[in-house]
Amino acid sequence: MAVCVAVIAKENYPLYIRSVPTENELKFHYMVHTSLDVVDEKISALGKALVDQRELYLGLLYPTEDHKVYGYVTNSKVKFVMVVDASNTALRDNEIRSMFRKLHNSYTDVMCNPFYNPGDRIQSRAFDSMVTSMMIQVC
Amino acid sequence: MEVAGGGGSGSPLLLSDAEQQCYSELFARCAGAAGGGPSGPPEAARAVPGAATAAAGPVADLFRASQLPAETLHQITELCGAKRVGYFGPTQFYVALKLIAAAQSGLPVRIESIKCELPLPRFMMSKNDGEVRFGNPAELHGTKAQIPYLTTEKNSFKRTDDGDKQQETQSPTMSPLASPPSSPPHYQRVPLSHGYSKLWSSAEQMHPAPYEARQPLVPPEGTSSGGPGTKPPRLQASLIRSFSVEREPQDSNSNYPDEPWRITEEQREYYVNQFRSLQPDPSSFISGSVAKNFFTKSKLSIPELSYIWELSDADCDGALTLPEFCAAFHLIVARKNGYPLPEALPPTLQPEYLQAAFPKSKWECAAFDSYSESMPASQQPRDLHRSEKTSVKDMADFPVPIQDVTLDDKQASKNIKDEASPKDVSEDSATPKDSSSLKARPRSRSYSSTSIEEAMKRSEDPPTPPPRPQKTHSRASSLDLNKVFQPSAPAAKSGSLPQPPALPPRPCPSQVSQHSVNSESSAQPKPPAQPYGDFRLQEQSEQTSEAEVHPQSSRGPSQAAESSPAKKDIPYSQPPSKPIRRKFRPENQAPENQELPPTVGGPASAPTMKPHPAVQKQSSKQKKAIQTAIRKNKEANAVLARLNSELQQQLKEVHQERIALENQLEQLRPVTVL
Repeated sequence: MAVCVAVIAKENYPLYIRSVPTENELKFHYMVHTSLDVVDEKISALGKALVDQRELYLGLLYPTEDHKVYGYVTNSKVKFVMVVDASNTALRDNEIRSMFRKLHNSYTDVMCNPFYNPGDRIQSRAFDSMVTSMMIQVC
Repeated sequence: MEVAGGGGSGSPLLLSDAEQQCYSELFARCAGAAGGGPSGPPEAARAVPGAATAAAGPVADLFRASQLPAETLHQITELCGAKRVGYFGPTQFYVALKLIAAAQSGLPVRIESIKCELPLPRFMMSKNDGEVRFGNPAELHGTKAQIPYLTTEKNSFKRTDDGDKQQETQSPTMSPLASPPSSPPHYQRVPLSHGYSKLWSSAEQMHPAPYEARQPLVPPEGTSSGGPGTKPPRLQASLIRSFSVEREPQDSNSNYPDEPWRITEEQREYYVNQFRSLQPDPSSFISGSVAKNFFTKSKLSIPELSYIWELSDADCDGALTLPEFCAAFHLIVARKNGYPLPEALPPTLQPEYLQAAFPKSKWECAAFDSYSESMPASQQPRDLHRSEKTSVKDMADFPVPIQDVTLDDKQASKNIKDEASPKDVSEDSATPKDSSSLKARPRSRSYSSTSIEEAMKRSEDPPTPPPRPQKTHSRASSLDLNKVFQPSAPAAKSGSLPQPPALPPRPCPSQVSQHSVNSESSAQPKPPAQPYGDFRLQEQSEQTSEAEVHPQSSRGPSQAAESSPAKKDIPYSQPPSKPIRRKFRPENQAPENQELPPTVGGPASAPTMKPHPAVQKQSSKQKKAIQTAIRKNKEANAVLARLNSELQQQLKEVHQERIALENQLEQLRPVTVL
């Protein structure tokens, strides 16, 4: 159901961003970018050192007319942003969490690759396939 | 699977392409018939590793089908080492096949018999049409393959060819990867972005491609694919050792789609050794950073390496266990050979499979220098050592044979090309079947070709030295140098050497006066002051010497020796009336002429060097030649300086004598002629 998935680095530049419909990509990029502010706001609000899945999952960042943006932040301040189509039957929160968890796991696998330099764009095919499955599955 | 290692023959087994083809298929049949495990007949002719063992049953049937007497077969079995080893590994099998061929040709059954070119063994087995078929087309291949071998007249070419074959077959047993058809074009062009030496091959479809790639190999200048860029650093021995390419023998038993992804015994050994070099404990794993440094040496692009890691690190823990490491290594090897990376880890490369195929005990046996007491186990480490050494040596020898190839090509490039092309054409037409040997050959071919490209590239980096050797040669070919260093020079020339220190004979005042005039004039460092005849002489001789030098660009000293006698002959022959003066003149002119050679040699060498595009390829050799020439020149300079001082002294004495004689003349002729 996700129409756009983005992985944003700690310095707020995208490591990976992918949208399902090829059109309106710029719009999604813009949405992800604007959601960063919300993420930062939530992060600062949480602020504690508690490493809790709940705190990692930020929940709905903000809804738009036909999209909803969910956020997730890792301990290293790498943010996952997911845009889902609001017209879809409301995704259960758990589903969103599971999707973020999968994203997180895939991201961890990418990190484990010694040839991956943190800060590079993610070009892992496994990661791609995982995101694709998430998008296709949701769509 | 045991490690066949060096095999029972104890000596490298050189098989022709057709033989490899035939043998590998036969082995596959025998092993397959027994339901043997993975790793089919290795392509590498030498030190056939092979992990599979041919079951005794089909092997015995095969041998019987060769229609040799039973005792001959017994002898063969004994000789090939199967009895000793206790099984028919690929090495033993191949040796046995070769011995069968020898026996069928009427040669005595001995190890020496297999060293020469033999027709393929023929087996009359009714149920196996393939083998009967093998006899004919394989024989054709064999004969065709042999014909070029036998017709090669030049040792260099043969050595080149052997080097090629050795490279192909050995460079760690490249597995005949059943590459997808798209790989041949990749393969030829070494599509790796960073280019990498050592490639492998195996598929049937690769046969035309390998030969095409082979042709570039033989004339090294032909290899101009994108690879050469990073070849030079790779050819360093350390890098080669650490990252030499291994080829997997083709496993005809396994699923063909997995052909490229099977790890043969030799490759496995090599991977294990590399693993050991990184991590002594084979049961432990290599950390990510260590592996990264290691794999980065392969000069693959980071994204590709990243992807390979992704594929091979099954548990995504950031570390590589031994199976994972082998899988990663193998993928890198394949990628460098031009095979596109798979979308998913092939089943034959998955850690479980690798661990099942090669039990842990074997890993450790292979990893450690085994001291087990059992025969096969004890042979394993021995074979391992041998294979390790051979493999490592092969790795290290790669640049050597490659350079030999370049050298040989340089020596007789034309002949090699002429002979290589018909050979390649014949082999092209003679390869209808999928053969591991042919697959290995293209890999090694591209490997060596890329190494040659590396060498070329590396050699291209330094400024073109061609003019310099000629200059040095021309300089070195100056008369004095040869007089000094060539005691074998004509007696007259050598006799002139001791003369300067001792006063030369003064036959008559006229000659002396003339000589003194000449010596005076020649003492002046002005070329115009010299007798023009001599100057022209020198120039001509230098030009001729340069002309001689150019065709043999890197043979400085010898050419200097050759050209200098010729050079000396010219000045000696032309002025027969004044032999004594001539002797001195070359010596006197030598110091001045040292200035001439560079100027004369420069323009003369430049045009002559242009028609030699192949020089670039031999710059590595030229470097050595240049260094030797430099050394020789320094020595020559020292000698000439000494000679110069002696001649100066002589000049003074002669001058004084002249003055004395003139005084006498004045006294005798009181009336001066006005």
